[in-house]
Amino acid sequence: MLAKRLIPCLDVKAGRVVKGTKFLNLRDAGDPVEIAAFYDKEGADEIVFLDITASAEERDIIIDVVANTAAEVFIPLTVGGGIRTIEDIRRLLKAGADKVSINTAAVKDPDLVNRASRRFGSQCIVVAIDAKRREGGWEVYINGGRTPTGRDAIAWAKEVESRGAGEILLTSMDCDGTQDGYDYELTRMVSEAIHIPIIASGGAGKLEHFYEVLTRGKADAALAASVFHYKMFSISQVKSFLMERNLVMRPGIVTTFA
Amino acid sequence: MIAIVDYGMGNLRSVQKAVERVGFCATLVHSAEELDGAEKLILPGVGAFADAMKGLEERGLVGPIIQHIKQGHPFLGICLGLQLLFSESTEDGLHKGLGIIPGRVLRFAQNGLKVPHMGWNQVSFLRDVPLARGIPQGAYMYFVHSYYVCPEDPEVIAATTDYGINFASFVWKDNIFATQFHPEKSQSVGLALLRNFLGL
Repeated sequence: MLAKRLIPCLDVKAGRVVKGTKFLNLRDAGDPVEIAAFYDKEGADEIVFLDITASAEERDIIIDVVANTAAEVFIPLTVGGGIRTIEDIRRLLKAGADKVSINTAAVKDPDLVNRASRRFGSQCIVVAIDAKRREGGWEVYINGGRTPTGRDAIAWAKEVESRGAGEILLTSMDCDGTQDGYDYELTRMVSEAIHIPIIASGGAGKLEHFYEVLTRGKADAALAASVFHYKMFSISQVKSFLMERNLVMRPGIVTTFA
Repeated sequence: MIAIVDYGMGNLRSVQKAVERVGFCATLVHSAEELDGAEKLILPGVGAFADAMKGLEERGLVGPIIQHIKQGHPFLGICLGLQLLFSESTEDGLHKGLGIIPGRVLRFAQNGLKVPHMGWNQVSFLRDVPLARGIPQGAYMYFVHSYYVCPEDPEVIAATTDYGINFASFVWKDNIFATQFHPEKSQSVGLALLRNFLGL
């Protein structure tokens, strides 16, 4: 049976790992290649790099980070953040990324999803959706959660699926950084509306949250950043917890933090 | 020389790096001339079937790949590189493949299952495959695909995986080895399989 996936996300700024709370207040924290290799050894099923580099002149640094990571880590690597063009995608895939995640550019130019999936295959085109609750549903935000788009998150997920996206990375802006749990309702609604896999993101703080999002939330994969980054628990600890509750997971290498 | 066929279909760097990690060196080849003399051939690839066949034809690689296999040299197909071996694929119409293994490439039915089949799934070996040496029965490998192969001769199926149906996740016939999963992305078990192939 297909296993549920557990995915640590690293926010990378100018080649260094940082983690923000509610998209603000960044803290510097380390070398992305080293951290990715560490997560790999712990049993991570994939790695996501979110490039939050703002300045144009530092944007190429992520290419080197990806190339160095791909030489060390032999599990799938997804890279998102600031991807605007087919050329951006081509360079990241060539450097060794397995998938790219498009967010703002997909909203501004939805045909980019069609072009990218036709050129590189659906399997490597992930569309990231940042969603925030509003009256009667959820609204899509872009530009790192700063700009509302008026679009309904569920309708947008369906649209990008029809345009050729191979996967959805869904972040609840209401839950992100709170550690109070994922938005299970949002995740389930989107998962039931589409036929491609969905990665849930935003809100993990307890072991139960992973279980809830992968069962009640109907997510195919759970993504988290802070809880792994600040070592609240290890990947293998989460996997053991989920396997004890009869979820199908790829067994990780057992290590625990003192 | 160990050759990785580069025909414009996806990320070959990870295959090359994985080969290096297990102690071998592989060359990316783009033409019949470069492929000439290869002792082992790896045909990776992700993307659309028809584009892939076009990519091979435009580079004049169809004949040399078939010849390599007919001469009995070890061959490893990965993902699309497995599917291309077959007679035809139903991806976006009907397209002819290399025709080395009789059979068809079909799309997963969406019976409540997400397509693409993406993530880690178990591989059950049906027979003693030299490439599976040291790999436990039921090992998890990384998959990402919407189509699967259906060989006419069930004897070529070396392993299966369950995703709504039991599909052929590993095909083995003489010197031809081909996986639907990505050994280069399947951590230590995947690397073990690659090492076994390279050490043949």
